[in-house]
Amino acid sequence: MTANHLDSVPGTALPTPTPPTPTTPSPVPPAPTPPISQTDAAPATRAPASVTMAAALNAAIRDAMTDDPTVVLFGEDIGPLGGVFRVTDGLYSEFGETRVSDSPLAESGIVGTAIGMAIYGLRPVVEMQFDAFSYPAFQQIVSHVAKMRNRTKGRITLPIVIRIPYAGDIGGVEHHSDSSEAYWTSTPGLTVVTPSNPADAYSMLREAIASDDPVIFMEPKSRYWSKAEVSLPIHTTPMTRAEVLREGTDVTLISYGPTVKTALATAEQAADEGLSIEVIDLRSLSPFDDETVSASVRKTSRAAVIHEAAQFGGYGAEVAARLTERSFFHLAAPILRITGFDIPYPSPKLEEFFLPTPDRVLSAIEKWEWS
Amino acid sequence: MAHDYVMDLTALSASLRTLPPSQPLRLIDENGLRTDAEASAGFPLPSTEILLGLYRKMVIARRFDLQVTALTRQGRLATYPSALGQEACEIAAVAALDADDWLFPTYRDSIALLTRGVAPEHILASFRGDWHSGYDNYEHRIAPQATPLATQALHAVGLATASKLKRDKTVALTFLGDGATSEGDAHEAFNFAAVWQAPVVFVVQNNQFAISVPLDKQMHCQMIADKAVGYGMPGYFVDGNDVAAMYAIVTHAVQNARSGAGPTLIEGLTYRIEAHTNSDDPTRYRASSEVEEWKGRDPIARLEKYLLSEGALSDSERSDIDAAAEKLAAATRECMTREAEIDPLELFDHLYATPRPALAEQRQALADELTAHADAELSEAALSASATPAAAQAQAPAQTGAHS
Repeated sequence: MTANHLDSVPGTALPTPTPPTPTTPSPVPPAPTPPISQTDAAPATRAPASVTMAAALNAAIRDAMTDDPTVVLFGEDIGPLGGVFRVTDGLYSEFGETRVSDSPLAESGIVGTAIGMAIYGLRPVVEMQFDAFSYPAFQQIVSHVAKMRNRTKGRITLPIVIRIPYAGDIGGVEHHSDSSEAYWTSTPGLTVVTPSNPADAYSMLREAIASDDPVIFMEPKSRYWSKAEVSLPIHTTPMTRAEVLREGTDVTLISYGPTVKTALATAEQAADEGLSIEVIDLRSLSPFDDETVSASVRKTSRAAVIHEAAQFGGYGAEVAARLTERSFFHLAAPILRITGFDIPYPSPKLEEFFLPTPDRVLSAIEKWEWS
Repeated sequence: MAHDYVMDLTALSASLRTLPPSQPLRLIDENGLRTDAEASAGFPLPSTEILLGLYRKMVIARRFDLQVTALTRQGRLATYPSALGQEACEIAAVAALDADDWLFPTYRDSIALLTRGVAPEHILASFRGDWHSGYDNYEHRIAPQATPLATQALHAVGLATASKLKRDKTVALTFLGDGATSEGDAHEAFNFAAVWQAPVVFVVQNNQFAISVPLDKQMHCQMIADKAVGYGMPGYFVDGNDVAAMYAIVTHAVQNARSGAGPTLIEGLTYRIEAHTNSDDPTRYRASSEVEEWKGRDPIARLEKYLLSEGALSDSERSDIDAAAEKLAAATRECMTREAEIDPLELFDHLYATPRPALAEQRQALADELTAHADAELSEAALSASATPAAAQAQAPAQTGAHS
């Protein structure tokens, strides 16, 4: 167990997540695997089944590794343990230590060595154990991962996926619930995506691994154990496009990752009150899908952005500014941001007061002037 | 060249739990004389042919370095971190590598790039301000010169690990400065390399200053090479102004890495004769007498004395080397006086493999701005060409009238 291990806090108002099928890590390392070389294996389509987001991510990595022998995996506790969220469960025994390895506990080292591997033709998929533990890698991500292709006029491209479990609502202790997306989205050169459901988790991670650009793949921790009926492999909307999850005529709610659930619940609640809400799941934070979001806002003429991260300088500010610049004359009201407060993420017993809720979204919307 | 120099690896394998000797490993001393078995730690002197090749490369590299510093003072380049006095470390390390190996340099290692075959205009593109990096990384197997300290060491470890995973024989070598060893990334790179037994060689050029800060303010242990013990890898403390020793030890480390024996940390003790860059003022932090003292330990002069004493450096050989150095200096001057072709729209062209619509919009905005600017300049030029002084005078009141 590492210092970064999440200790779930009992007795909080919100349910504590539990891994779906705890596995016993094998104390015996798997047999040595052959060196990385080409194979022709392709995954078969599986029957529809109820899968969690964690299982969908796991399947995406497994299928990508089967399809492409240059995909390698490393990070903290991702080997025999299968990661603290079990996203890499079983991959160590299946693919061997050559392709799935526990690294020393150092995030800059993880990202920095991934860069060298990518220069040599591998496709590293690395895990930052928790959002706030990605900060030691900040320099490697911002100064090198994001800039290498531009610096070398496209000669060196870095097909790296940096998986970051993020956001709260899991009863996590300090440093286990940050929403750090704005750090990454304000850095040119990074593609930043975040799925909100198991089908997208699979499809978007496959696409991220196949992408020649580096991708910050943000996984909403509170959604890891959410389930859906999915036939894997599945191809959903392209990774960089937003999706209208629920059509509406009065208000556009723009959400992503953990707040998609909040937006859908808000729309459901509002429908009872006769308010028709359109819900957008951004999916990609950088690039931003101007086309889909602008079209929705021009239709409804009112928009609000929901995120867990603090408001000031947060991602919602960019969304509001973009929409205002492009669709001002279609707007009937100022664009609202319903976000976490401008404070550090609170301790478990206080997080329910911090997180945006459907009630908070609805009361913000009600303050608009409705003619 | 690296293959010519083969030695018995088992005889020289250092104990991983023993600190290196506190006297630098040395094969040719400051007077150009061969050292005894204790000072050389049993490392044989490279052949005269190899030493002559290293001498030639050092002389050419120094001429290049001096020329670029001069061009920088003339304002042709934005900046240039000189490696004057550090030629033995730079050239020996590069000479010990095979063509398939990878080099991860810093901003101070331009002469290493030159020695590995990169053209002057491609090396200097970044220092002139044309683009952040100007050479073909895969052609030369050289990563971009790193500016954030020690970050490139992790890239070297990653590439070396990838080579190992693919069961290739490629070795990675990275340069670090003494100051960079204080960075967390240096520690992480040493540790990852040792844990993963990556085929990587760390060459720390201890030039004794991190801009202005001396080494005793960077660390409390006696030598940088001492740190290797803590990571479980061999460490060597070498006279970094003795190219024979640097070449012998780096070659040994590269062979070790290639044979699967893991990483090595090498500290070359040298001195930065020039300022950090042209914007630095070294008189504020070090005595000129100290600089003069180190000029007396010049790596080129030392090898020259040895080669002359061996009768291995003829007058015709020397004039041939000088001519090659002058030819390179002239070519460098020529390419730096030529204006680089800059296309502002290229700013948008390389960032993403997958194009982005929003960036295409910004590109178009700049294109429109440039077109408008060019049109304005064109009509301004047309106006001033058509207007005679008399006509211009006649127009002046009319223009005033139009404005009032």
